[in-house]
Amino acid sequence: MTSDHLSSTFAALADPTRRAILARLAAGEASVTQIAAPFEMSMPAVSKHLKVLERAGLIARGREAQWRPARLEPARLKEVADWVAHYQRFWSKSFDRLDDYLKEMQAQDAGKKIRKPATKTTEEKKDGSE
Amino acid sequence: MAANSSALAVTMPNDTDIQMTRVFNAPREIVFQAWTDPKHVPHWLLGPEGWTMPVCEIDLRVGGKWRYVWRKADGTEMAMSGEYREVKPPQRVVSTERWGPEWPETINTIALTEKDGKTTLSLTVHYPSKEARDSAFKTGMAGGVEVSFNRLDSYLNKMEKGTSNVR
Repeated sequence: MTSDHLSSTFAALADPTRRAILARLAAGEASVTQIAAPFEMSMPAVSKHLKVLERAGLIARGREAQWRPARLEPARLKEVADWVAHYQRFWSKSFDRLDDYLKEMQAQDAGKKIRKPATKTTEEKKDGSE
Repeated sequence: MAANSSALAVTMPNDTDIQMTRVFNAPREIVFQAWTDPKHVPHWLLGPEGWTMPVCEIDLRVGGKWRYVWRKADGTEMAMSGEYREVKPPQRVVSTERWGPEWPETINTIALTEKDGKTTLSLTVHYPSKEARDSAFKTGMAGGVEVSFNRLDSYLNKMEKGTSNVR
């Protein structure tokens, strides 16, 4: 895939309405009317979003039927999802651990009744002068 | 993946950023320490199962360097390093980050806000250009990341959750 493709994919995904439309299409193909319903948006507005998604290769529109159902094209989305999953996998595991570790830190803090003043007093400190 | 995946939100606020947000049940002074003190970091910043962090160097001041090395039981190593650009305890740290020569450098911002004793942490990974992000994307793909379609489903669910304010 070219970087142009990826840029248009990211641009398409940067919009929350378009992501919601993709989530809707993940449940199955739908017509513009069906897609527009939950969003309280005009049909032309939805059509515009669909055009952006189609250009980005994230959806395909039916040619034959008059209502031109839109359906998800998972390949492009999967490429982006895989990439984001890199981050997601690394950070969700790490954050889960951090969550547990913070509990330990706080338990130790409470046990010792020691509060380190260091972090409190360095609020204004811009760069380390140690 | 954790069942309580409400925990981590991953969004793409624009063409060059990826943002991760999570709430922790601890005051931000503590979260800040856990994030910036080499005594604490190797306990949790380990990513997927099976890794340890034998090297954790942090020189927490503007211009100071940091370096992390992870190791797997089979000897595989992975290193990451960078430099601090902004250090504001206990609320904000900006640093550069580089995984390796083939990856573009990113600028990462950690922001901590506290409310009712809970801390919201947001980590923003910024690619200096779309080209940098695209090349990272390709490198990631070349690395042979295997992700199932289940992950795509959960990704879509997350996307959907992140759009409650859609009009």
